[in-house]
Amino acid sequence: MAAQAFDVVVVGTGPGGYVSAIRCAQLGLSVAAVEDDRPGGVCLNWGCIPTKALLRNAEVVHLFERAQEFGIAVAEWKADYAQAIQRSRKVADRMAKGVEFLFRKNKITLFPGRGTLEGARVVEVAGQGGARTLEARRAVILATGSEPRSLPGVTIDEKRIISSTGAVTNESRPGSLVVIGAGAVGIEFADVYATYGTKVTVLEALPRVLPVEDEEVSALIARLFSRRGINVRTGVRVKSVTPGGSSVAIAVEAEGKTETVETDQVLMAVGRAARTRGLGLEALSIATEKGFVTVSSTMETSAKGVYAIGDMAGHQMLAHKAMAEGVVAAEAIAGQSPRPVDYANVPSCTYCRPQVASIGASEAAARNGGREIAVGRFPFTASGKAVALGETDGFVKVVADKGTGEILGVHIVGPEATEMIHEFAVGRTLEATVEEIVHTIHAHPTLSEAALEATLATLGHPIHI
Amino acid sequence: MITKVLMPKLSDAMETGKVIKWLKKEGDAVKGGDVIAEIETDKANVEIEAFGAGVLRKIIVSEGGQVPVGDLIGVIADPADDIASVAAAPAKPAAPAAAPAPSASAPPAATAPAAASAPRPAAGGPLPAMETYQSVPATTAVMPMERVAAGASAPAGGRVKASPLARKIAGQTGVDLRLIQGTGPGGRIVRADVEAARAAPRPAAAAAAPATARPAAVATRPAFVIPPRPEAEYEDVPMSAMRAAIAKRMPMSKAPVPHFYVTSEVDMDAAWALREQLNGLEGQPKVSVTDMVIKAAAMALLKNPGVNAQLSGQGIRVHHRAHIGIAVALEQGLITPVLRDCDVKPLARIAVESRDLADRARGGKLRAQEMSGATFSISNLGMYDVEEFSAIINPPEGAILAVGSVLQKPVVDSGEIRVGRRMKMTISCDHRVMDGAMGARYLQDLKRLLEEPLRLLMSSTI
Repeated sequence: MAAQAFDVVVVGTGPGGYVSAIRCAQLGLSVAAVEDDRPGGVCLNWGCIPTKALLRNAEVVHLFERAQEFGIAVAEWKADYAQAIQRSRKVADRMAKGVEFLFRKNKITLFPGRGTLEGARVVEVAGQGGARTLEARRAVILATGSEPRSLPGVTIDEKRIISSTGAVTNESRPGSLVVIGAGAVGIEFADVYATYGTKVTVLEALPRVLPVEDEEVSALIARLFSRRGINVRTGVRVKSVTPGGSSVAIAVEAEGKTETVETDQVLMAVGRAARTRGLGLEALSIATEKGFVTVSSTMETSAKGVYAIGDMAGHQMLAHKAMAEGVVAAEAIAGQSPRPVDYANVPSCTYCRPQVASIGASEAAARNGGREIAVGRFPFTASGKAVALGETDGFVKVVADKGTGEILGVHIVGPEATEMIHEFAVGRTLEATVEEIVHTIHAHPTLSEAALEATLATLGHPIHI
Repeated sequence: MITKVLMPKLSDAMETGKVIKWLKKEGDAVKGGDVIAEIETDKANVEIEAFGAGVLRKIIVSEGGQVPVGDLIGVIADPADDIASVAAAPAKPAAPAAAPAPSASAPPAATAPAAASAPRPAAGGPLPAMETYQSVPATTAVMPMERVAAGASAPAGGRVKASPLARKIAGQTGVDLRLIQGTGPGGRIVRADVEAARAAPRPAAAAAAPATARPAAVATRPAFVIPPRPEAEYEDVPMSAMRAAIAKRMPMSKAPVPHFYVTSEVDMDAAWALREQLNGLEGQPKVSVTDMVIKAAAMALLKNPGVNAQLSGQGIRVHHRAHIGIAVALEQGLITPVLRDCDVKPLARIAVESRDLADRARGGKLRAQEMSGATFSISNLGMYDVEEFSAIINPPEGAILAVGSVLQKPVVDSGEIRVGRRMKMTISCDHRVMDGAMGARYLQDLKRLLEEPLRLLMSSTI
């Protein structure tokens, strides 16, 4: 079959891919999108979105548990995990259909199948209806994302040893679960399973949970999780993971001693690896570094006209970073001069209970940067809105430069932390200082007042504490 | 007061710099504007000057040392100041306060009255950083620039687009925001711009007396070693830093910038005669053809703002001043020092300053702010007996003028053939920013100014 030509061919339709496809189309380019799974990628189908649905279920379960506190007597209630999974699937389906709708709206042609680069401007699509060749007149955007990693010698079978993909589809909830890895993924699933009644153990090799977050954040989450009965063990090494007939044996080394932990299921959450195999990068000698594709500030790879965005292009493996890169790539391809992605200003969010969100440098990193800093903290126990909500765990912590008031980093644990962080994201983009934040009137009563107060605290005069 | 001496960022590409020489020793007294060290960058050797007065208390980076831009290389302080914390950690920007003693020619008004009150409040007192550009105060009389302070909260600075953080750092360090070109969206000045400007050294004495004011320090420039002729047929010679910089920069212009060229021939008889007359005047500086072209080019730019323009983000930035980059050939390559505000400077001043710039460019004695900020460039190969050529645009500028020799030619004048002087000029334009007709109209105006050269002696506007 003769090659079909488009201005741009996007391989992969996760958040990076579909956003870049839409932005290309908005800029008047004809776009083909190649997808070997469902549109929306891991994020919409197996990652961000379905887990947020499960976490919402967990939140509702938790509220039922607390009904008494609000003076509500619930005679009998039952949380069915299978139905939580079913609801989560419906949410994912709806969002994936949303992407298909956006493709139609923007006249983007979707080619189901696996895309391989056959040249800098040629993508071969191996789909169910046979192979076809797509020619990219202007550029190819690679956005194939990432896949779960495992520990050496441990095979993820999605039955006894599952990845996040297995965790969002398994309707049967194990009696006990060991989560290996206490990053955002591990912590979020620990939250869901534990709320539904699974006995959860979290194993982390580093000294603290959520190791990329500020130390105070890690400490508080570890404490709150332990209080909920989650067994949080940090600084431990997993020596082996051995699936048996009905359980899995995990050899754990802690403080020089090795012990065995038995569990029904293991969730492997030790990170993700770029998904670049079989893409045809080698034939074009596209440069990679530690498994990630090397790109310029406009996301172009070492092969002219081939762009790479999202998880495969390194930096933070986050959907919103991928989307930002998708826009940069699309605008560069359309001949504009987009501002490069500012990797120092990407919010990081974990949607456990209470939520965690941060942006910029941790207190330790800011101190190590050699600057004189001012740290302001405000606990939600002192926030009227948080007390009214009955959600007082957590704090807002602002790290600022003492001399200039530059907002170096912000760390929030608490209700809706992931929504609150954007005040500081905007502030940092505009290079606002603490003075602009404290000069901004924050509505009362809101959780965001805690942001104002923590910022005031960097100047030494918070009002409500 | 403690003033930190930082490795200046002298160009966008510059990441590290090398201290070639300290001209002051530890313990030497320095005052603002004193040349204290020489720095080698990828493009040139540059002198850096003291921002603050006091004693050069500590040299952090010794001669030959190479450090990243922004690193502390020395500390100036009063003998009584405790510099231990500063010398250890980079932190507080020093307040500019009363420190910079104005150099000989700087207007006395520039002496900071802010006194030594240490942490400068956001109020917008007159900033001593006014002295940042030496050519500016020297020509204050003809500059239609109002002097507003750009303090953090000073509403007078409202016309300057700058982030709050940039304003605050500028206020604390005495950097004048109006003299900075912003790199943020829509030309907004962001922190990095202020820090770059702050790291850049201030200029010193007046350009008016270049011959005596500056020691000829050609010797300090590392020689470009051409290897002795070997037996082998060829040899691969490593690029000098400057050639590497040119090699890196020029394709960034030629490849992505769609150039177009417009050539025009100018009758130079009148200009030649005027120049001879001017050069016959006693006590006046010698004027070169290049000087006349610079003046004419700048005047024509103001009349054709579309040519005095460059691509900026997603829009076009039209400059309201004519800062002219003048290509100066060096042994190692070339460099384009910038003569600022040529539209308002009298021809005689342009003559003096352009000679000074070229001399110092060849001597490796350019100052940081003289190496960037051009809105348009001129390359004159006339002295090489070149009839015409075309030049590559020096990004981010939008156009460059290539000037050939003034040649005696047979010309037809009222039906008769006679000998006349002619000069060819070719403008290279960025087609993304302007079109052929704009380039042609510009050349037409430029040609008219040179053919009626008395216009160059008139007031700054045409």
